[in-house]
Amino acid sequence: MLLKNARNRDDLSIGDSKDIIDCRGLVLVPGFVDLHCHLREPGFEHKETIATGARAAAAGGFTTVCCMPNTDPVIDTAGTLQYVLDVARREASVRVRPIAAISRGRAGKELTDMAELAAAGAVAFSDDGNPVANSALMRHALEYANSFDRVVVDHCEDIALTKGAAMHEGAVSERLGLPGWPAAAEDIIVARDLALAEATGARVHIAHLSTAGSVDLVRSAKRRGVRVTAEVTPHHLTLTDEWVERGTYDANCKVNPPLRTSRDIEALVEGLLDGAIDAIATDHTPHALVDKAVEFEQAAFGISNIETAFAQVMGLVHAGRLPFDLVVEKLTSGPCSVFGLELPADDWVLVDPDAEWTVDVEVFHSRGRNTPLHGATLRGRVMLTVCRGQVVFDALREPASGAGCAEVEVPSPRPSPVATGEGGFRLHLSERP
Amino acid sequence: MSVRLETRGNSELGTQNSKPAAQPRKHCLDLNDYSAEDIQQVLDTAEAMQEVLARPVKKAPGLRGKMVVNCFYESSTRTRVSFEVAAKNLSADVVNFSAGGSSVEKGESLIDTAKTLVALGANVIIIRHSMAGAAHVVARNAGAAVINAGDGRHAHPSQALLDLYTMRARIGRLRGLKVAIVGDVLHSRVARSNVHGLTRMGAEVILCGPATLLPVNLQLPGMRFEHNLDAIIGDMDVVMPLRIQKERAEGGLIPSLREYRANWGITAQRVARMRGDALIMHPGPMNPGVEIDPEVAVSPRSVIESQVSNGVAIRMALLYLLAGAPM
Repeated sequence: MLLKNARNRDDLSIGDSKDIIDCRGLVLVPGFVDLHCHLREPGFEHKETIATGARAAAAGGFTTVCCMPNTDPVIDTAGTLQYVLDVARREASVRVRPIAAISRGRAGKELTDMAELAAAGAVAFSDDGNPVANSALMRHALEYANSFDRVVVDHCEDIALTKGAAMHEGAVSERLGLPGWPAAAEDIIVARDLALAEATGARVHIAHLSTAGSVDLVRSAKRRGVRVTAEVTPHHLTLTDEWVERGTYDANCKVNPPLRTSRDIEALVEGLLDGAIDAIATDHTPHALVDKAVEFEQAAFGISNIETAFAQVMGLVHAGRLPFDLVVEKLTSGPCSVFGLELPADDWVLVDPDAEWTVDVEVFHSRGRNTPLHGATLRGRVMLTVCRGQVVFDALREPASGAGCAEVEVPSPRPSPVATGEGGFRLHLSERP
Repeated sequence: MSVRLETRGNSELGTQNSKPAAQPRKHCLDLNDYSAEDIQQVLDTAEAMQEVLARPVKKAPGLRGKMVVNCFYESSTRTRVSFEVAAKNLSADVVNFSAGGSSVEKGESLIDTAKTLVALGANVIIIRHSMAGAAHVVARNAGAAVINAGDGRHAHPSQALLDLYTMRARIGRLRGLKVAIVGDVLHSRVARSNVHGLTRMGAEVILCGPATLLPVNLQLPGMRFEHNLDAIIGDMDVVMPLRIQKERAEGGLIPSLREYRANWGITAQRVARMRGDALIMHPGPMNPGVEIDPEVAVSPRSVIESQVSNGVAIRMALLYLLAGAPM
């Protein structure tokens, strides 16, 4: 297959097919690398499988996905890790790099056999969903994992401050009467992890930064030479706590850490621009309908977003707040350097930065239809994904296989999923169910 | 039965958010989405309902042939009975349904339960639930009128409306009233709904208590926080203490009930410094000797019993306005 006339580079030949594809107006970039997603297998195959998650990833432009170990059983032994790799080799269309647990059963008590897990293919370690509450255990995890060159990823949440919490603590949670989740609950554990990394000289990676305070903490630690990296999700970059109110308790807006405020979004964008934040990671968290079709406080946390991630972040490009090249970097070389990966030379994504599409969960490749963006119009679309030299997603020649989208006429002015300064949004949700 | 719906003098109407509803209201979920006119209409309708309640046979046909389901996921005495009496006074068929714990513990989801009730013929679902937004979830998914009878710490609109009704009946106005809500405002749906209702009607609300019990991030025009009860109590038209639960002390939000009473209890000594015509209200149930002294609760300025009896008229008004046939 020959890709011709892409906006940014020479023609590129892929695989053996003789097809010639005219890429006028499109941009060819390396395959995206996701440091943080949930493929749910083994144990929660009703939410997602490695196969469906990989298809969703391909549709979102991701050719490498690092999947979290909060499966059942937890990925805390080489056997379970090998199972994930075996299923992935048979069924996944993209590269799957499992993250193993820091502690057995993610219980925060004793370390997993990290050396064995690393040798078996664990790309990093995390008790994702649970913070490592015990500071001594966290210290030992950092030191031990770093002795064979693996990074520890922490989910930063002081659980004493988030008991029963359902959304960001602020004016909106007070109005809605939902138990609030203070920003301090994140900042406190980020500060602790930075202190431990500084004391031990070991590397730490902070998952899904969501507060202005933790961006500042990471930035100043980096300036002091602390070996820290950090990621941010598309939803924390584009949605605020007001979405919970707008959606009148729409459980699809419930996520951990919670959607914060426009002030936090400003700080997160700033963090991407000045390098405090290294990567954009999806934290794709698919759930079954029954996990969300309940009272807000009982609903599961998480958003299924690997298919919308690129377009969501493109909203910030179209709003003039992030350069396109920086977004690509934070989806490719940025995440690779966090986990010490090589950017694969035969993975490519062809994107149309300007194409508009309407999110339709009915045609998601993911089993998780839990997104507050259903019906929203986004601008920026993945057209073709190539992994290991093979086409794994193709909306150019097979539009019907499109990534959860249907083209629509869009009225001007064009909406974009970016919070504006005064808590207003240019993304309209008129087509909410 | 005749229902008077004329508006009162404009001095009663708040200026903020006072747009008349564009279409008939389907649900009563939160006073935050009631305009001053909407609130006025409920209060005036309740006045008409008082006339029905004064009759020897307290029956009106407004909801004849309609099925009202009391769907209580949390225990309740006055609210549940009050809604039941109100619906029966309007000739509705009333079904009481109480679930012990949460919907998930019970095995059936809230949405499925609501759909089941509608399939059985429910026209109105009155729901009490321990979680904020539960009534909204039901309203979104079931084809019946929904009245929120309390959802977590979020809202309890019929209680706030009966409080407004009681104040208006006793003092003659709402605009300009100074109302102190004292105690565990943070966990109180009654307080939240009263804040919305009172400020919309032009009253001033002072939320009083230690910062651990106040929703310190809440910002609404006409509302402010105060920690020192003694500094304001002499200036209030209405003082409304809220129930203090023992768990608040156990959870570390207050050091002890003794210390709470010393600083924020409505004691006889504090009441002695209230204005002569000022009222004491309490949404119930009370903890006599903690947030309110027993003698204060039965003193002449206490209107706690009228709150309960006015509750029936308010709930008749809500039911009638949401589901009543024109008469």
